[in-house]
Amino acid sequence: MILDLGPYAGFIVAAYAAALGVVVALIVWIVVDHRAQQRTLKDLEARGIARRSAVKEVA
Amino acid sequence: MSLIDLANPSRFLALTARLLPWFAAATVCAFAVGLYLAALAPDDYQQGATVKIMFIHVPNAWLAMFCWTVMTIAALGTLVWRHPLADVAAKAAAPLGAAFTFLCLLTGSLWGRPMWGTYWVWDGRLTSVLVLFLMYLGVLALWRTVEDPSRAARAVAILTLVGAINLPIIKFSVDWWATLHQSASVLRLGGPTIHSSILVPLLVMGLAFMLLFVTLHLAAMRNEILRRRVRTLRLMQAQAGA
Repeated sequence: MILDLGPYAGFIVAAYAAALGVVVALIVWIVVDHRAQQRTLKDLEARGIARRSAVKEVA
Repeated sequence: MSLIDLANPSRFLALTARLLPWFAAATVCAFAVGLYLAALAPDDYQQGATVKIMFIHVPNAWLAMFCWTVMTIAALGTLVWRHPLADVAAKAAAPLGAAFTFLCLLTGSLWGRPMWGTYWVWDGRLTSVLVLFLMYLGVLALWRTVEDPSRAARAVAILTLVGAINLPIIKFSVDWWATLHQSASVLRLGGPTIHSSILVPLLVMGLAFMLLFVTLHLAAMRNEILRRRVRTLRLMQAQAGA
């Protein structure tokens, strides 16, 4: 199926491309941020620093 | 599980880990159906194929206002009920709201140029949405300015409640003032004025963007909880070293 977007195809494609770009950027930012926080948390805990509630959770 | 149980960040993280894959899958499915229906939707008799921009412009406009509504409820949670996750929810929603508002403005401009002959006019609807975008940027700046999250949360909560005044202004701007922007055609008394061949794809895309927001919001809240744990551990490390 080939869409016929008429004389203003450039505007329509630009709008969808911008939406895709922003949504992908949000997803990448959240995934990268999650990995960074988890890595930092593990590093700190590996050095023996743990929250009191985390110690209770393990116990 | 009650709202009180979710006040425990560890329980919230466990629940989020279970829910996120389902919300992500539902989002992908909703977008697949929505984009398919959008592609099949007929051209508008006046606007031609540019009506397809509506399928992303309108859901982003809805989300721009919905995110601030979520932040307003969270602000009440921070100031009135002191719910531990309220400011986490508010902080996680702000960048998402800014992104959706930016997309609303951008896609609106790209729709306006071929239909109105201009990318921008300073009318009530466009200007009030621009003010909303600037308020999102202000909230993001305030979160970064105040280092202590609980102090920042109270300042942001007050700013958010004041900013909520803009929501009815956005909604009714097309009724109160003569604007180039069309009046409400979906969320209005008397029901939608759009033909079902265009309304159904619009509603499915609206559902898809709403599911996207819920998925991203849960994930961003999870990140914020982890960030606060990192901050606590660093403070403990600094105190131990002192």
